[in-house]
Amino acid sequence: MQVSQNTLFDKVWDLHKVSSLPGGSDQLFIGLHLIHEVTSPQAFGALKDKNLKVKFPNRTVATVDHIVPTDNQSRPFKDNLAEQMIETLERNCIEQKIKFFNIGSGNQGIVHVVAPELGLTQPGMTIACGDSHTSTHGAFGAIAFGIGTSQVRDVLASQTIAMNKLKVRQIWCEEKLSNGVYAKDLVLHIINRLGVKAGVGFAYEFAGPAISALSMEERMTICNMSIEGGARCGYVNPDETTFRYIKERLCAPKNKNWDKAVKWWQSLKSDENSIYDDVIKLDASKVEPTVTWGITPGQSIGINQQIPHLEDLPLNDQFIAEEAYEYMGFKPGQSIKDTPIDVCFIGSCTNGRMSDLRVAANVLRHQKVSKKVKAFVVPGSEKVANEAKQEGIDKIFKDAGFQWREPGCSMCLAMNSDKLIGNQVSASSSNRNFKGRQGSPKGRTLLMSPAMVAAAAINGKVSDVREFINK
Amino acid sequence: MNQEFKPPRGKISQIKGKCISLIGNDIDTDRIIPARFLKCINFDSLGESVFEDDRELLRGKHPFDKEESKDASILIVNSNFGCGSSREHAPQALMRWGIKAIIGESFAEIFYSNCIAIGIPCFTLPKNSIKDIQKYNDNKNLFLEIDIENSFAKSKDLNFKLEIKESSRKMFLSGEWDATSTLLENEKLIENKFNDLPYLKFNSNYL
Repeated sequence: MQVSQNTLFDKVWDLHKVSSLPGGSDQLFIGLHLIHEVTSPQAFGALKDKNLKVKFPNRTVATVDHIVPTDNQSRPFKDNLAEQMIETLERNCIEQKIKFFNIGSGNQGIVHVVAPELGLTQPGMTIACGDSHTSTHGAFGAIAFGIGTSQVRDVLASQTIAMNKLKVRQIWCEEKLSNGVYAKDLVLHIINRLGVKAGVGFAYEFAGPAISALSMEERMTICNMSIEGGARCGYVNPDETTFRYIKERLCAPKNKNWDKAVKWWQSLKSDENSIYDDVIKLDASKVEPTVTWGITPGQSIGINQQIPHLEDLPLNDQFIAEEAYEYMGFKPGQSIKDTPIDVCFIGSCTNGRMSDLRVAANVLRHQKVSKKVKAFVVPGSEKVANEAKQEGIDKIFKDAGFQWREPGCSMCLAMNSDKLIGNQVSASSSNRNFKGRQGSPKGRTLLMSPAMVAAAAINGKVSDVREFINK
Repeated sequence: MNQEFKPPRGKISQIKGKCISLIGNDIDTDRIIPARFLKCINFDSLGESVFEDDRELLRGKHPFDKEESKDASILIVNSNFGCGSSREHAPQALMRWGIKAIIGESFAEIFYSNCIAIGIPCFTLPKNSIKDIQKYNDNKNLFLEIDIENSFAKSKDLNFKLEIKESSRKMFLSGEWDATSTLLENEKLIENKFNDLPYLKFNSNYL
C-alpha cells in the first residue's frame, strides 16, 4: 500500500498522470524521451508495423553511444553490425523528424551525460529512455527511469506509458564525505547496506547534508546507480546547485522564462511534512573508499576491509557470495587492497564527466601508469572531451600512460571492441561488475571511483587513493 | 528451442507447458543475453543466444541445453531475476527460446515490466516453495497448467496457488498488456496534458 505524500515524487507523478488504466496502473505522460541506437530500432519497427507515427517528435532526442568505437570513429565503422545500427538510427530520426546528436555534432556522447549538458534535463520532468541508467537524470529532481523497447514504442506512439506508481524511500545522509571519498563510494556503500533488490518497487530520494553538499555531477553519480540498488528511479530535490548548473545551457529556459521556471522548480521539492514509505539514515563521514569484490554491485567493502566470510553475511547473500568467490578467484578474509590489476577504465554514465576526469587527473599528475596495466579513459561526451582538452587534462592522462579515447559507453558494457581478455581483472569507474559484463565471459571487474582507478593504474594494484592525495 | 516462433497476441488466460529450473539469485540480463548480441536491429535471432556465455562454460550441462528441458516453456527461477540492464532483448531471447511464463521468488523491476509488455506472465512464490518446485522438477519433469484467471497451477500430482500483481493479471486477461492501442484511446487527454504542463510552456521549441 502506497503511503507517500507530498514528496517530489508524488507531485511530479500526479502532475503527469493522464488516466487510470482499466487494469489499475496509471497512464503517465513522458516529458522528455531520450533514445539511442540499441533499444530503439525494434520500437521504430513496431511503430511501422502498426502504421503509427511519432506523436510529439520534439519531445524525443537521440544520440549514439553504446556501439560507437572509441579508437577510430570514421564511417563506415569497421564493425558492420555497429554501422548498420547507427545507420538505422539516422534513418529513423530523419523519417520521424527527431533531433539527433550524431558523432561530430559537438554534442554526441553517452545519453545520460549529454541530456544534462544540453540543459534538456530539468526538475519536475518525467524522463524515460530505453536504458536502465536513466535514473541519472533524477539528480535534477526529475522522475527518470529506464524502460524496455516495447515501452519505447509506446512513448514514441503516445508520449505515455502504463506504469504502477512507486513507493518512496528517503535515504538520509548525515555529515559529509571525507577527503578522498567520493559520490561513487557513497552510492556503493548505500547499495551494500540496503542490498541489490531492496529498491524494487521504490523510488529513492537521496537527501541530507551530505547530498546537499554534492555538485550536480556527483548527484548524477549517486542517482545513476539507484538501479544497481534495485530502484528504477532515484532523485535529489532541486536547489540552488541544480539551478546554477542548468542556467545558460543550450536548452535551458531563457530570460523571463528562466524566472518562471525557477519559481516552479522551487515548489516541487518534497514538503517538510511529506510522508515516506520508508526512511533510512546513514553517516556519510564513515564511508571509506569502496571497492567491489564480487559479481553484484552490492558486494563491496571499504579499502581497508577484508572480503567477508560466508558466515558473516546474511543467509540470503551467501549463495551469491559463494558464486562470487569462485568466479573472482578470491578467498574469504583476503584483503582487497593490493589485488593486482590488468586493465584500468575511466568513463561511463556513472563517472565519465568533467569532474571525474579532473579528480583522476589530479591523482595522475607527474605519475606513471604501471607497466603491467593497460589504462584508458573514455570521456562521457564530445563536450567533456573538448573541455578536458582545453584544460590540458588529456595531456595529463597521456603523459601518465593512459590512452585517450573518443566518447562512448565503451568498456562499461563492451559492445564495441573495448573488452577484457580471458580472466583479466579491471579497475573500473563504471556501474556493473556482473559476470562477463566487460566483454570476456571470464573477465573480472572491480568497481570503484575514478580517483581509485587512477591510483590502481599507478600501482598496478588496488590502492588507497588517500595515500596519493594526502601526500 | 522452438523452431517456429509466434509472438503471443490478445488475451492470455492459460499457459501449459514443461518446466525448466534455473538455480541462482541475482541473475542479471547481461547473463541472459550478453551485450554483444544486442548488435541487431530486430529480435529475431536472439533465442539461440540466450545464456550464451553460461552455456559455453557449462558445455552442455546448462539447463537450457539439457535433453529433458527441450520444449520447456515455464521457467522456474529464484530471487531478483533479470536485474541490471533494461534490455528487452533478455525477455525477448527467453521468449524466442520458448519461454511463455516465469515463476520466481522475485523479479527486477524493469525486467518484470518488459515481460508484461511482451506477453510473458511472471508469477511469484515464497523462497521455499520455489525450491521445492525446482527440486520436484529435477526428479520428475513437471508439466504445469497455469490458469491466470484464478492464479492457479495444476499438474498430475501438484497443485498450487500463484501470486501475480492484480494489474498484470487483468492486463493478460483483457489483452491490454499490448498497451499501445489502450494508451492511444486517451488521445484527447494526452493532448490536454501536453498543453498543460508548465515546463512545456517555458521551454519553447528549441529543438
